[in-house]
Amino acid sequence: MAVDPIEQFHIQNLFPVAKIGNTEIVFTNSAAFMLAAVLGLTIFLVGATASRSLVPSRLQSAAEIAYEFVATTVRSTAGAEGMKFFPFVFSIFMFVLTLNMIGLIPYSFTVTSHIIVTAALAFTVFFTVLIYGFVRNGWHFFNLFVPKGVPVYILPLVVAIEILSFVSRPISHSVRLFANMLAGHITLQVFASFIILLGTGLGVVGWIGGVLPFLMIVILFALETLVAFLQAYVFAILTCIYLNDAIHPGH
Amino acid sequence: MSDGTRGTDDRNEPPNDEAALSARLKRLGNRLAQANRSSENGSGPRQTADPSAIARGFRLSTELVAGVLVGAMIGWLLDRWLGISPWGLIIFLLLGFAAGVLNVMRAAGIVRERNLSD
Repeated sequence: MAVDPIEQFHIQNLFPVAKIGNTEIVFTNSAAFMLAAVLGLTIFLVGATASRSLVPSRLQSAAEIAYEFVATTVRSTAGAEGMKFFPFVFSIFMFVLTLNMIGLIPYSFTVTSHIIVTAALAFTVFFTVLIYGFVRNGWHFFNLFVPKGVPVYILPLVVAIEILSFVSRPISHSVRLFANMLAGHITLQVFASFIILLGTGLGVVGWIGGVLPFLMIVILFALETLVAFLQAYVFAILTCIYLNDAIHPGH
Repeated sequence: MSDGTRGTDDRNEPPNDEAALSARLKRLGNRLAQANRSSENGSGPRQTADPSAIARGFRLSTELVAGVLVGAMIGWLLDRWLGISPWGLIIFLLLGFAAGVLNVMRAAGIVRERNLSD
């Protein structure tokens, strides 16, 4: 009995919602987990800030730590002006972090292991940078692609490379999160299947030998918890770095 | 030797110790405030290092791959639209590779962000 490590990422249709043309819009398990994350976050944050006591309760200080953490990240990467985008960055960070953490619960579904989700987030950031940068700076924004002090004869080449580098951002931004989550969950599943294969294949000796992959799972799970947090953080900090370009182009 | 005598002095006079401590705390507070202020006012990008080696390595590799992929995609599309196969792919793959290397160098902090002054 082989265990399919990819099976955990299957999208299941739960119930149809609407129909546009020939395309059916279906509520999937992915959508259910996203909704659960948003609801959970809303309850957590509203509940934590409801009392607004001077001496914070445990819940309130958790929310305050989250706020402080993201606010420091935004200030240090995008400057004080970047705080305009704090709600955006905070939403993205908390959303990704919650989805990553929910994904670690056994038998749950990891929404961020689907590239379409991370790509949608990354392209939202990309177009926010593009549109806000253009609205705020006008044509000056495109100085981003024209580095200063480059001789005229290689300028077209440099500009082409700069534009390609800019366009490649949402791809590296989304692939990083998606690939980390996908790889981590596949690794966990593969090590878990070793236990079952050993046990069913070798009997008692196999079950005893299964302690080794089990230990690996414990270690990997700790690593995955770190990765889940780290990738949410990296996603948020890159968002800040990209937003910084929209706020201060060509400095 | 002098440290030892100062230590005993402090122990003998708790109020003095208290005062010295509060002065030190105040100085530390001032320095912290200054550090915070400079990092807030510094409008430029502070490319803070990725917090772990795995994350850093992963970031660098995806940066390179993303550049090459985007170049390949644009080249391929241009080939199809303009019928100039294989030149679009060749040129944009090379440009994409260059962009990927630039991404990696930026992510690693070797080239300063958006400022190729030399």
